[in-house]
Amino acid sequence: MSATEADERIGWLAKMFEIRLFEEKVQELFMQGEIQGTTHLCQGQEAVSVGAVGALEERDYLTITYRGHGHALAHGMTMEAAFGELMGRTSGCCAGVGGSMHLTDFSRNLIGAFAIIGPSYSVGLGAAMSAKLRGTGAIAMSFCGDGATNIGTFHEALNMASVWQAPIVFVIENNLYGEYSPLRDTTPLDDLADRAKAHAMPGVIVDGQDVAAVRETVSAAIDRARAGEGPTLVEAKTYRYRGHSRTDPAKYRAEGELDRWMLRDPIDLLGAQLASDGVLDEDEQAALRERIQTQVDAAAERAAAAPILSLEETKAYVYAS
Amino acid sequence: MSTHLETERTEAPAEVAQLSYREAIGAALEHALEEDPSVLLMGEDVATAGGVFKTNEGLPEKFGLERIRNTPICENGFLGVALGMAVTGMRPVAEIMFSDFLPTAADAIVNELPKFRFMSGGQCVVPVTVRSIGGATGRFGTQHSATGESWYMGLPGLKVATAGTPATAYGVLRAAIRDDDPVLFFEHKGLYGRKGPVELGESGILPVGKAGVLRAGTDVTVVATLLMADRAVSAADVLADDGISAEVVELRWLRPLDHDTIVESVQKTGRLLVVEEQVHAGGWGATVISELTQRGVPMARPAALSLPDDLLIAYSPPLEDAIVPSVDAIAARIRSVVET
Repeated sequence: MSATEADERIGWLAKMFEIRLFEEKVQELFMQGEIQGTTHLCQGQEAVSVGAVGALEERDYLTITYRGHGHALAHGMTMEAAFGELMGRTSGCCAGVGGSMHLTDFSRNLIGAFAIIGPSYSVGLGAAMSAKLRGTGAIAMSFCGDGATNIGTFHEALNMASVWQAPIVFVIENNLYGEYSPLRDTTPLDDLADRAKAHAMPGVIVDGQDVAAVRETVSAAIDRARAGEGPTLVEAKTYRYRGHSRTDPAKYRAEGELDRWMLRDPIDLLGAQLASDGVLDEDEQAALRERIQTQVDAAAERAAAAPILSLEETKAYVYAS
Repeated sequence: MSTHLETERTEAPAEVAQLSYREAIGAALEHALEEDPSVLLMGEDVATAGGVFKTNEGLPEKFGLERIRNTPICENGFLGVALGMAVTGMRPVAEIMFSDFLPTAADAIVNELPKFRFMSGGQCVVPVTVRSIGGATGRFGTQHSATGESWYMGLPGLKVATAGTPATAYGVLRAAIRDDDPVLFFEHKGLYGRKGPVELGESGILPVGKAGVLRAGTDVTVVATLLMADRAVSAADVLADDGISAEVVELRWLRPLDHDTIVESVQKTGRLLVVEEQVHAGGWGATVISELTQRGVPMARPAALSLPDDLLIAYSPPLEDAIVPSVDAIAARIRSVVET
């Protein structure tokens, strides 16, 4: 293994630690009242964010979901900007106006995080078509969850993308639950990649707990898109450790299901590989995690020190002219 | 050739053409597409046979099928696409074939287009124009005849415009396309054949958020939009022979709504009639009366002529005609307002 490759894998581990520890800090801040409303946490799904989003180039576009803290951090949003947004403060990426469900950063082409199911795909497709029309060579990547595959906009976007051979990669994070409902209560399929057949595009399944596998699969889809060969639907099989949102204890899950999934924790899986490959041993990993925990705490503290906008200041965001 | 004459002509004289409302829409689209390479037109059948209402004739040939883009039948989906294009450097104009179809895209129109800039903390602009073609008198039946103009007027972040004359169609549509905010622009299919003078080019572009006085008068202010604005002018012409002087204000923009122009007119006439091709409840007419009342503008009891609150538009031609305010009905109502 080359040094570059080893560094890349250590980078994946560090980013997954960052997302995991960020989400845990969010829970803590929620209990303290620093973060209010609702949050949709992604512990357990870190490998999808890091594997997929990390494969993008700077010029590429990204649209994400309300369970999007991991996507945004994997894309390079600073923890301070993310924490600030969840705290409703000017340190936030959207100056505190958007909140947990709208982590957006146009300076990095993270053009939208969607609190309502569906338009993540149609808006992402618009960005892909815009790049195609302007000839920039950029592609778009759009995320949705398993529940979103049942709404019309999902199918409308896939249909248009296929007809127009758009440069886009659609990623489904199938965490097996649409809000509180198990997938098979609402959906007649186990494999959501099968949805691609109806829209005449390739549908690919990947192990969403294996960051290297996600990176490889998504990179191939990105290459197809960039080569003008059209869209791909990628289904990442994954699991969320927490409930749907803040108030959901997820008691609807079968006993032992969570434990079984935690045996395939994406961080543990990569950590074990790095140790057995001699890249980073357990002590080094613990030290890395410790360093990131310090960064998480410091970022939250900096974010919390920022002021909150006045109502008058938000007026400029309603209309551009 | 005299160079002196050349320099004299740097400011091109305004070109005024007699155009149909349909041609005015087409000219606005053509000029916007010429002016800015980021402008594109998209929607169902927009590139086929000039569009369902022939407003886009010649555009596919001139600008190509990438910029005059047919879409599948999926309003919510393609308005999402328009939004994604707009925040990444394009300036899309999306056509909704019938205003009755707008609610199928309500998520895009209510939740995404108006809120996108705000939720991002002002990181983007959303220059999307949605052309929506509505209105009765075409015998299109209950689900293809709504004007839809007031359905979306209560949405901060969105702008809502209408056109009741060919000149307005050209001037407001060009302004809407140039605007950096999402604009819902309502056309009336009963007006497509209506002809009138249209000032083309820069000087024909009308300001965002400004109403226009179509006909000056002193006895009563009639505020109207779309086909009702056209009919109100005809009604005022009829009444002029009887010595009644009605001022017709074409509202043009429902959001932002130009209360000042209406107030100025009512301060002069002391009387107000709003004429709408929709029910009065929850519409711009009620909003206009409310605002004038709150401002304490001195006037006689205001009046409203609208579609009946307890009926829907039927297909059968006499039934359709019976509930859409006609020129005669508007004239009669103006007369009663002036005479009481």
